[in-house]
Amino acid sequence: MWKRIFALMIKEFLALLKDKPSRFVLIGPPLIQLMVFGYAATFDLKHASYAVLNEDPGFVSRDLAAAFRGSPSFTQVAQLTHEGEIAPLIDRKAALMVVRIGPRFSADLLSGHPAPVQIIVDGRNSNTALLTVNYARAIVDRFNRDWAAAHGGNRFPAHVETRAWFNPNLESRWFFVPGIVGLLTLVVTMLVTALSVAREREQGTFDQLLVTPLRPAEILIGKALPGFLIGVAEATLIVLVAVFWFDVPLLGSLLTLYTGILLFLVSAVGVGLMISSLAVTQQQGLLGAFFFLVPAIILSGFATPIANMPPLVQDITLLNPMRYFLAVLRGVFLEGTPFRLLIHQFWPMAVIGVVALAIAGWLFRHRMY
Amino acid sequence: MTPADRETAPSSPPGLEGDTALWVAGVSKTFRAGHRRVPALQNVSFRVRQGTVTGLIGPDGAGKTTLMRLAAGLMAPDSGTITILGKDATAQSMAVQSSIGYMPQRFGLYEDLTVQENLDLYADLQGVPEPARPARYRDLIHMAGLAPFTARLAGQLSGGMKQKLGLACALVRQPPLLLLDEPTVGVDPLSRRELWSIVYRLVREQGTGVLLSTAYLDEAERCDEVVLLHDGQFLEQGAPAALREPMRGRTYAVTAADVPTRSLQAVLAQAPGVLDALVQGDHIRLVMENDAPPDLGALLPGVKGAELAAVAPRFEDGFVALLKRRAGGETARRPVTAAAPRPAEPGRPVIEVNDLQRRFGSFYAVKGVTFAVSRGEVFGLLGANGAGKSTTFRMLCGLLPASGGNLRVAGVDLRYAAAAARARIGYMSQKFSLYANLSVAENLRFFSGAYGLSGTRGAGRMDWALEEFALAPMAESVSGDLSLGHKQQLALACALMHEPDILFLDEPTSGVDPLARRKFWSRINGLAETGVTVMVTTHFMEEAEYCDRLAIMAAGEILTMGTPAEVKGKARSSALPEPTMEDAFVGLIQTHARQGAAA
Repeated sequence: MWKRIFALMIKEFLALLKDKPSRFVLIGPPLIQLMVFGYAATFDLKHASYAVLNEDPGFVSRDLAAAFRGSPSFTQVAQLTHEGEIAPLIDRKAALMVVRIGPRFSADLLSGHPAPVQIIVDGRNSNTALLTVNYARAIVDRFNRDWAAAHGGNRFPAHVETRAWFNPNLESRWFFVPGIVGLLTLVVTMLVTALSVAREREQGTFDQLLVTPLRPAEILIGKALPGFLIGVAEATLIVLVAVFWFDVPLLGSLLTLYTGILLFLVSAVGVGLMISSLAVTQQQGLLGAFFFLVPAIILSGFATPIANMPPLVQDITLLNPMRYFLAVLRGVFLEGTPFRLLIHQFWPMAVIGVVALAIAGWLFRHRMY
Repeated sequence: MTPADRETAPSSPPGLEGDTALWVAGVSKTFRAGHRRVPALQNVSFRVRQGTVTGLIGPDGAGKTTLMRLAAGLMAPDSGTITILGKDATAQSMAVQSSIGYMPQRFGLYEDLTVQENLDLYADLQGVPEPARPARYRDLIHMAGLAPFTARLAGQLSGGMKQKLGLACALVRQPPLLLLDEPTVGVDPLSRRELWSIVYRLVREQGTGVLLSTAYLDEAERCDEVVLLHDGQFLEQGAPAALREPMRGRTYAVTAADVPTRSLQAVLAQAPGVLDALVQGDHIRLVMENDAPPDLGALLPGVKGAELAAVAPRFEDGFVALLKRRAGGETARRPVTAAAPRPAEPGRPVIEVNDLQRRFGSFYAVKGVTFAVSRGEVFGLLGANGAGKSTTFRMLCGLLPASGGNLRVAGVDLRYAAAAARARIGYMSQKFSLYANLSVAENLRFFSGAYGLSGTRGAGRMDWALEEFALAPMAESVSGDLSLGHKQQLALACALMHEPDILFLDEPTSGVDPLARRKFWSRINGLAETGVTVMVTTHFMEEAEYCDRLAIMAAGEILTMGTPAEVKGKARSSALPEPTMEDAFVGLIQTHARQGAAA
């Protein structure tokens, strides 16, 4: 039995690696995507463009304007002189934010009254707008404290002192890069497995395979192992780049990490082979893979938290192996979560994998076309 | 090039000679596959005259389709010129395309449109004026025999009817030149005859020039002229008789009462002075190298009661003689398998099929099929595409469950039997299914591994396959790059790695040249002699002659079954004293259709 499986495995590897395009697909795009995503996918706001409309002749307003100018998050692109300039500036996206300081700002502050500052933000991208407002608020808060300290004691007895655990500088790369390990491993494994049966059906070699003494379970193992091994290699490569290139801390144990990777690969290979056995042509296999990939990524918590989704959708995510793998990845990378606390992420992946593999094996002989 | 061409080709300016519809002069075309250059056509020259049917004859890969596409102005030749009705096919491709009718191998019928809508569409595309259409449609539909089906979806027509509709669409605007690329491949013999009669009506009534490509050698005899292509090279142009007649007086039928035909064939094929020896049902068709009457005593030493009778030559004899002359002595070497006969198992037949059914929705792909094949027998399933041959095959191999009836292969139903039972069968599918990007040796190694051969036995079988099938020189070549003949050899080698007792061959020779087909069949004969049971499907009528017994299938049913002589005998009448297999087939289909209409 193992001899036959071994023969099939060798053949699968040869078929995959002898083909120049598919060899490239395994190495090229994942590395490029890792670099691009690693640098591009970020929530951090850097050098956001803004303009100032300062109607106040007083010196205090100049201090506030200077506080904005000194922040690395913002870059001033214009100094406005009247109100009518605001709308066109935002409209043509020349500035993300306009800080408007009213004519009585200095006078109010000096006389001990609250002095409003208006922040106008381009809300077309709600996420960026929210970040911009938060950053601006932080600058104004700091200005308030400094002003209060310099002019008559602490008039704000309580203020917030933030400490972000696990990611002290709130670097969003630390959040994204472990997710990319999952994302790219999923994409590569799906591409390798989703085509493997479909290609043989299209070329008629699958019939040839089915009339040999190979049992469906043996074909399943022979087809799954190459995808599995390639997935392990791919994941290892990306983990190495994450740790040594992007300096993302890997606090947890490698044993826990690899348990997660192996179980995730079982489920990814299972789903890939299931899609592949349903497909009659390679085109169908590829379409099926993408049909699975897109929701698997969006509903995994890769970019937006699952907790924010509607309850029904949250239930659907329970079927998504990527969801569990991301929890494992982020836990192991940033928190150093021990093995026993991740058991509840491990077993669903194993169940999904076993069920999908069983369906794939059954489809080998029962998919009619 | 024929002598006539050599005289006229350089001097006559293209198109000026009145009756030349198509003039191909020194055309070469090379394709690139990765780093390799694949020459598809090398310096091919010939002409097609108005009012004649010129057959473009050659096996798959000879360059027929390339030539058709070049003539239709769909590709430009690397060198040489193609002139159609006085216009250059490359420079004036638009003008050429608007004056020819071209029917590619898979004609672009829209399967979701009805017959009438397909005709309308092609009339629109080709700008046939509205007032001229009704009369034209009437003619075409009548000619193609599609009158009862105008409202039917094209996708629901049979293979033969689809081809006829395709032809009708290509003819919507009466073109002066018609290019037909393998219009009859896989079509049942009756529809084939009808297609030919349509083509001849056109030629007779409208003086159309027709260039028609085919891999069926028996169709060559129906052409006014033939152009022979082989490996992209022009071999010969002339009337079919010109190739056939030199063989007159060299063709014989040999019978020997005491010797099985297969053994007789094996001996005769090796005998000196013999060009070709073929099993033809109950006798051997013998073609000699020269006109001297053969001496049976020398040909068949020690065989008593052998008889020799002269028969008429065929086009194929001439073609085979031509190919053998080109190939030189290389093909003379025939591998002899000295495999020990397998032990006989007493009792029941090896393959038993009883009232087998296969339904897809409400459509019966196979209906009430019953037959039995005994050990060492070569059993053929003959039928057109869609007759249910491959479906029957897939059920026998356990790839498809039967909807009804029962079947036994070596005593078990392979669909439910233990995996080990599958080790007894060898299977070679229609498309020579191999792993195209693996090398020859890797393919062989994989299949021997899949059958659990390893160690010395595995290595021994590898050596055997490379040696026996003469694949050793190309062991490291990528199998997708092999010629069709070599692919077929490799596919058979893969199916035989584990020395199966039962061999399933699904259209094993489609598209390969006559020499490769002969080599293939002599190997199958050798296997049958050692006790291997062979089941084969084919749509080549003449291949049915190689079988011990055959069943003719149409529309999922077996129309008749028996030895080739019995099947042919059923078509014998005073008008047809010596019916061919095709005559028998056509007769059966007609009878069947009449019975269907009467019932």
